[in-house]
Amino acid sequence: MPEINVTPKHLTIALAGNPNSGKTTIFNNLTGTRQKVGNWPGVTVEKKEGRINRFGYDLTVVDLPGTYSLTPFSIEEVIARNFLLDETPDVVIDIIDASNLERSLYLATQVRELDCKVLFALNMADLAQARGLKIDACKMSELLDVPVLFTVGNRNEGMDDLLRAAIDLAESTAPLPRSRRVKYTHDIEEAVGRLRDFMLNQTDGVLPYAPRWTAIKLIEDDKIVKERLIAAVPDAGSAILEASRDLRQHLAARYDEDPQIVMTDERYGFIAGIVREVQTSGTRQRVDLSRSIDLVLTHRFFGFPIFVFFIWAMFQLTFTLGEYPVQGIEAGVQLISEAIGGLLPPGALRGLVLDGIVGGVGSVIVFLPNILILFLCIAVFEDTGYMARSAFLMDRIMHLIGLHGKSFIPMLMGFGCNVPAIMAARTLESEKDRILTILITPFMSCSAKLPVYVVLAGAFFGARAGTVIFGLYLFGIVLSILTGRLFRSTLLKGADAPFVMELPPYRMPMAKSLLIHMWDRSKIFLRKMGKVILLGSVIIWALSSFPRDGSLSRDYAAEIQQATAVAEARKAAAGDAASREIEETYSETVTALRRLEKAEQTENSLIGRLGRFVEPVFAPLGIDWRGGVALLCGFVAKEIVVSTLGVLHAVGDSEAKGALEKALVEAGLTPLSALSMMVFVLLYLPCLATTAAIRRETGSYRWMFFSVGYSTSVAWVAAFLVYQGGRLFGLG
Amino acid sequence: MRLSDLKQGQKATIARVGGSGLLRRRILEMGIIKGAEIYVEKYAPLKDPMELIVKGYHISLRVEEASQIDVENIP
Repeated sequence: MPEINVTPKHLTIALAGNPNSGKTTIFNNLTGTRQKVGNWPGVTVEKKEGRINRFGYDLTVVDLPGTYSLTPFSIEEVIARNFLLDETPDVVIDIIDASNLERSLYLATQVRELDCKVLFALNMADLAQARGLKIDACKMSELLDVPVLFTVGNRNEGMDDLLRAAIDLAESTAPLPRSRRVKYTHDIEEAVGRLRDFMLNQTDGVLPYAPRWTAIKLIEDDKIVKERLIAAVPDAGSAILEASRDLRQHLAARYDEDPQIVMTDERYGFIAGIVREVQTSGTRQRVDLSRSIDLVLTHRFFGFPIFVFFIWAMFQLTFTLGEYPVQGIEAGVQLISEAIGGLLPPGALRGLVLDGIVGGVGSVIVFLPNILILFLCIAVFEDTGYMARSAFLMDRIMHLIGLHGKSFIPMLMGFGCNVPAIMAARTLESEKDRILTILITPFMSCSAKLPVYVVLAGAFFGARAGTVIFGLYLFGIVLSILTGRLFRSTLLKGADAPFVMELPPYRMPMAKSLLIHMWDRSKIFLRKMGKVILLGSVIIWALSSFPRDGSLSRDYAAEIQQATAVAEARKAAAGDAASREIEETYSETVTALRRLEKAEQTENSLIGRLGRFVEPVFAPLGIDWRGGVALLCGFVAKEIVVSTLGVLHAVGDSEAKGALEKALVEAGLTPLSALSMMVFVLLYLPCLATTAAIRRETGSYRWMFFSVGYSTSVAWVAAFLVYQGGRLFGLG
Repeated sequence: MRLSDLKQGQKATIARVGGSGLLRRRILEMGIIKGAEIYVEKYAPLKDPMELIVKGYHISLRVEEASQIDVENIP
């Protein structure tokens, strides 16, 4: 009976390769827009996979992190290797940068050692040719006993052949070629052989991974393999580890060198032999456009000014160009909330929908244009190869804080908005660097804090307001440096990530890949941040609107009614001539009453009570309960600090500029307490969106709570020192 | 002589890669191994890090890292 196949067979294809090998371009070509971007479990390394139907197969293509090797040192390498070992994809495509054959083959030979079905894609062969290199794919295939294909990723060439070859290989039942792999020197091969036999003997052949590979890794003292071995065969494990330790010692004495170093050497030796056979180089000296561009962009004198210009341009685009759609979006949100407001009766439900939900979602959506533009700029920097150069330029300075050159861009973005800044920390490879950057970025004073400074400094420092605000920014930078140094030597201790970084040739970015890049990251922002922010703003709304019982000191509704009656009576008495004047006085009276009502309501609300409750905490900082409430509300977004102060001091937005300032002075705030409050605003807990971003990007609630706790403690101590220190010197 | 002593535009052969741990392993895996030819393309504007060409591609190292690499055969 003929087999009827209704559901197409499913195959998993993994893409491995060096960073900058064009792997992502090939992945984009293969999967198009059918991509799913997420994180690898437990870490913040992006995981990309795409599901497509081709040639009658249901294919899942997984883009492994770009790595140079499979030794489990960096998180990317561990992920890539674990995927190959544990998920056992049906076939692995190793992308080889043809213009960089020797180094690409280092990873490729390691993938081959894993005993999985692998084929090589010689990518960017056109570039290699331009550089005078010719590669004999047939010979390479023959020498290594793997299928080898040519592809040109950025021209979408060779993709169908690649997929077809991958499917053929996955479906082939031929035994895995075992002969043409790296052969180590006699002593190492003997040690590997002995260890392998010993393991098979001890465990009756039950090993988590292929025996030869396991033996090689044990000789290389691979931590993860050792752990897995102990977990899989607890009894025989320790005997095996002991045997491998003896062999390692023997080899170390024999070579006067760590065995893994010898093996790295020998892999390169093996590769050099292959390269000699398959690659012919023509004219060696060539005109290299990339090098000429680099001579300008990293020039001794012009390098920095050009860098500053690019950063300035990015900033301008993100926060100036992004402003236009922001206004549109705000107007849209306003429109929606008005429409809903018309539909719902006044009351708690309307408040929840309007202020809690629409307001909350609106406060996230307004970030979207900035985020899109920023990520587009970063994608351009990354895809052209300039990102590596910016790290090259800045590393000296950033290294002083114990950070990597690449940390500069996220920190700088922090002056605009911490949310994209923290997300930009994704470009850092080392997890420690990433976490450290994320922890210190909130000290970069974001643009939402500026209105708070403007009001407070404007009211109390007059002509010197500008200097004070500049000083605050500077203070934030100094604290971020101190924090960086402190954490580097305590919490996130360990050697700085080495600056062994490839400087890839400059390349023309492809629009498709830029857009995919930009959209993927923005999607993460929208999806994940949305939830948290929605929840948070509903909570803050509830806190500031309940309880709603009418136990206010005055009956505002009655007073308004009374004012209305008085105005009506006066209008009737005075006739048309004075009605305009009466109308004005009337509306002023009503607005004032409404404001007082709102102020009292907020005062009586849960958050107001909370403000009263935490008053003793803020008192040593010279901040009254109103300031405390405003600061608490500022958790949703820092701009809210100003508007809450306005509400609590019963001054409206519409009033002449300076009303709030006047009210603050009248309420007994001094320049010193204003300064203390500004310092507190500069440093205290990051806003809700930023907190959500920290949680998301560090992948742990622990770091999120740590960051919130740390920054708030620093803020309190700094404000305390400012206020009490100032009083000590007789200021304020 | 150490790699960090080379000036811009100088060429040499790697004699020995010192240091330890992750850094050393990483340097070796990137192809900076004994016998490899290396060319100093340039230093960053602040004199650190440095850009090298090895095995046909460009790589940067901090001066501190490069000082653990011995070179020979400087023409």
